[in-house]
Amino acid sequence: MTPFTYERAASPEAAAKAVAERPDAKFVAGGTNLVDLMKLGVEKPTHLVDVSRLKLGGIEETPEGGLKIGAQVKNSDLAADPMVRRRYPLLSRALLAGASGQLRNAASTGGNLLQRTRCPYFSNVAMPCNKRAPGSGCSALGGFNRNLAVLAASEACIATHPSDMAVAMAALDARVHTVTGAGEARTIPLADFYRAPGEDPRRETTLGHGELIAAVTLPPPPKGRQVYRKVRDRASYAFALVSVAAVVDGEGGEVRTSRLALGGVAHKPWRAVEAEKALTGARADGEAFAEAADAAMKDARGYGHNDFKIELAKRTIRRTLADAAGRAA
Amino acid sequence: MAVSASPIGQPLDRVDGRLKVTGRAPYAFEHRTPQPAAYGFILGATVAKGRITTIDSTAAEKAPGVLLVMTHRNAPKQAPFGPPTVPTNRFQRARPYLADDRVRHWGEPVALVVAETFEAARHAASLVEVSYAAEDKKIGLREHLSEAWAPPKIQVGLKTDTSIGDFEAAFASGEVTVDAEYHVAQQHHMALEPHASIASWEGDALTLVTATQVVSSARACVAATLEMPKEKVRIVSPYVGGGFGGKLGVRADALLSAFAARALGRPVKVAQTRQQIFYVAGHRAESIQRIRLSAGKDGRLTGVSHDVVMQNCPTEDYAEQTAAQTRSLYGAPSIRTTHRLVNLDMQGGEPVRAPGEAPGMLALESAIDELAVKLGMDPVELRILNDVQTDPEKKVPFSSRRFVECLREGARRFGWADRPMRPRQRREGSTLIGYGVSAAMRPNYINAATAHASVSPDRKATIRIDMTDIGTGTYTILTQVAAETLGLPTKDVTVLLGDSLYPQSPGAGGSWGAASSATATLEACRALKAKMDAANEPVALEATGSVKAMKDNPDYKNFAQYCFGAHFAEVAVDEDTGEIRLRRMLGVFSAGRILNAKTARSQLIGGMIWGVSSALFEEAANDARFGHVANGDLAEYHVAAHADVPNVDAVFLDDRDDKANPLGAKGIGELGICGAGGSIANAVFNATGVRARTFPITLDSVIA
Ligand SMILES: Cc1cc2nc3c(=O)[nH]c(=O)nc-3n(C[C@H](O)[C@H](O)[C@H](O)COP(=O)(O)OP(=O)(O)OC[C@H]3O[C@@H](n4cnc5c(N)ncnc54)[C@H](O)[C@@H]3O)c2cc1C
Ligand code: SF4
Repeated sequence: MTPFTYERAASPEAAAKAVAERPDAKFVAGGTNLVDLMKLGVEKPTHLVDVSRLKLGGIEETPEGGLKIGAQVKNSDLAADPMVRRRYPLLSRALLAGASGQLRNAASTGGNLLQRTRCPYFSNVAMPCNKRAPGSGCSALGGFNRNLAVLAASEACIATHPSDMAVAMAALDARVHTVTGAGEARTIPLADFYRAPGEDPRRETTLGHGELIAAVTLPPPPKGRQVYRKVRDRASYAFALVSVAAVVDGEGGEVRTSRLALGGVAHKPWRAVEAEKALTGARADGEAFAEAADAAMKDARGYGHNDFKIELAKRTIRRTLADAAGRAA
Repeated sequence: MAVSASPIGQPLDRVDGRLKVTGRAPYAFEHRTPQPAAYGFILGATVAKGRITTIDSTAAEKAPGVLLVMTHRNAPKQAPFGPPTVPTNRFQRARPYLADDRVRHWGEPVALVVAETFEAARHAASLVEVSYAAEDKKIGLREHLSEAWAPPKIQVGLKTDTSIGDFEAAFASGEVTVDAEYHVAQQHHMALEPHASIASWEGDALTLVTATQVVSSARACVAATLEMPKEKVRIVSPYVGGGFGGKLGVRADALLSAFAARALGRPVKVAQTRQQIFYVAGHRAESIQRIRLSAGKDGRLTGVSHDVVMQNCPTEDYAEQTAAQTRSLYGAPSIRTTHRLVNLDMQGGEPVRAPGEAPGMLALESAIDELAVKLGMDPVELRILNDVQTDPEKKVPFSSRRFVECLREGARRFGWADRPMRPRQRREGSTLIGYGVSAAMRPNYINAATAHASVSPDRKATIRIDMTDIGTGTYTILTQVAAETLGLPTKDVTVLLGDSLYPQSPGAGGSWGAASSATATLEACRALKAKMDAANEPVALEATGSVKAMKDNPDYKNFAQYCFGAHFAEVAVDEDTGEIRLRRMLGVFSAGRILNAKTARSQLIGGMIWGVSSALFEEAANDARFGHVANGDLAEYHVAAHADVPNVDAVFLDDRDDKANPLGAKGIGELGICGAGGSIANAVFNATGVRARTFPITLDSVIA
């Protein structure tokens, strides 16, 4: 672990400024991801700005009937919040499907959005990895890529974003509120928050250096039943091979609106817009769900070990849409 | 507990339980040192084979707090490792580290960096620049099968190949046959406590606090490596956080801390990180096993054949006893077994809980199920039909074999009668339900041990033996044996373990620990009790007692000594996603006299859970391009989590084996894992109709 200095920020603005001023500075919240990566020599900040004690906790209703979630709200508190459980059960279930009780007690909303990939070559500094060491190559191509992407990957990187919470937030049209290094407030729809790996997989979001996540807002919940389904190699404490967040308003046997987001398949929580389009106005039946699943995975491509995920994702989408619509698959 | 109640067998809580949960039972790394300790961090090689060309440690040496950078350039002189075959105990041979510029496998230590703090040492280690001349490496068992060779012997001195009857003829004329190849992945011990040591020197005498299963082996190995008398080495290992075979030998942490402490003249602590443990602690080598069975239409086996190929490293010849159970589990007029090794440029295989027996029985018990399916027979009945009371190969009776009772009792308790005979017959919505059964069998061993017992005038007894308690409950069972023999309450007995100052035991391994150390304790306490009874007034008294090794005990030649059991599992398989989840599992065991009902049950369910884990989750992904384990941490190398083992129970038949030892107790630590995974694989078949022959069974193989 590279030696570092440490400070506790007094305010969100001061925190943003402190990091913006030093290229090698980073925020730390729960530390459950950052500190691990520091020990492994993957992350090497020389200065840490602790944002965990900033007054960015709290879950409040917004005037338009949505929810504002402070960046420091712990994953376990967010999952247990009565408003979240009643109105956004998708989010609660996604959170509870992630990590372990101990980790969720420490993990923050902001940190969860920004957790790094679980690509096994990324976390091993002896391995070539474009995300960690640009230009060194991608060891996951031709390697063990069971937990890596099948959608919108690039030749430079096939990493996945590992968060469960972010998949639910993608389906719920969340917006991220930040404070920039210059002290300005900014709002970014989650759909525009993450970047595709492209040529330079180092950058994962559209945040600037020193830009602090202050809160996440959710619009009022979409109509319909919300279901989160996570498929993984063991029953708990494992990242998703594929996860599906679905909201279907299928009252009367016809899909009026739907939301579909996928985890474990792409560099970002993947909103399956094509599938949603295919579903709108369709009969809420197995055939329509199958078409939606095919549409969602139309451009998928496997890299060997993860080939099975394409079929797995389709099966899981069909099942989850059916469950959300209260129908047979 | 009242003196009158018989303490042996009681479900006594662990006598060290309070110390453990209050943090007062120190593990190796937590011991206090006479002077402040320095911290060592190991740097591992990042090639799988080759030579170190240069090491630049300038930056590391200048880093704050750094005291020493040790590499092959300045490591002390050590005895050579020697030829691959060891005539005696492989864990007592010299284990040189940093002895030359060669790299034999990925992660092999190439430097030790010592600093004032662990963090400073770790950081400085990242500043050491090592260049290598990499050489062509061999990784990948299947790719190198043509290089398989026959080792002179397999583990515990067993024959490499055996054959009775004419298997080929039996197979050719078999009315019903199975010919299947099974693959079991490389698996790792992953004890909760990482390998760790603290070395301190006083003059030419070394005290090494280390996490080890066998104190006397640790002592012998350190002395052999440093070419010093054993008497000058003291090993201290009072509490060990799991071993599973991974701590039978001492590792780089022990030896490197000893080198560095001597060089610096102060205590040095070295702990290995979880990631490092994938390269330096041994593993269960990957195996490819072919099993052929032939039977008559009535289900009677006419031939059994088991051919095993396993990974080995070029510097050792470690061949597990993978087909050894096949020689004795079922009766057939023809049985043949073979073991072969393929040398790869990786660390070698080493004993992992039930070495050979676990992967071998996973394959064998799957094959027996395949036969039952072909015969259209209940797999419980097929096993019962082929039970034997005389060891088919050794031609001696079993000292006790209640396999059939285990099967029948298990079937009754589990509700086996409800099992659908054909696959895919039971579903709950989109979930398929299946039942599976398998056998458990493990040899019973005993080894030479001596214990010292003493009593004070106020009738408080103390037992001393260099046995270790690796989390199994040794402190507790020895307390019970001593209390009962001396006629004292258990609270008045103190057991001291894990110190080479105490009389020698074989340590914890091979499931011989409890029987060996408990018998020595029994004998010491019997001798002491005689003295106590003879004394007219309360005085301080002491006595020692011993047990002989099995090679000197005719009951281990004239009888085949094994423990038996039967596993029953119910799994649920999601038809959409292929996810396999265990619902419940029951093991019924015949394992001699149970010394503590609670710790024994924990041992058995622990073994069963590992069986589930190796059937469904555990696989080290060896990346042939680099030679490293791609998923080398516990986030990606999956072991069963709590949610994976919701309902696992173990039941013992009331048992006592008078051929085993005066206590009638047998080794149980490895029995639970033997065959356990087979019941899972067979349940998956019963649920889905998919026969998995590659372990772990992952969801993609079910939906493929
Ligand atoms: C073994 C294990 C299993 C796990 N399993 C799962 C799982 O199944 N599903 C899942 O979703 N997650 C899982 N996780 C990941 C876990 O959810 C994340 O580690 C956690 O959410 C990160 O939150 P944190 O507050 O600890 O972030 P930190 O580690 O403190 O920070 C993470 C990153 O976010 C940045 N950051 C933190 N807060 C802010 C902010 N307010 N503004 C800007 N930047 C910020 C930091 O600089 C850092 O780069 C697992 C983690 C572990 C260790
Ligand atoms: S997939 Fe991305 S993170 Fe993984 S090795 Fe390739 S470049 Fe690195």
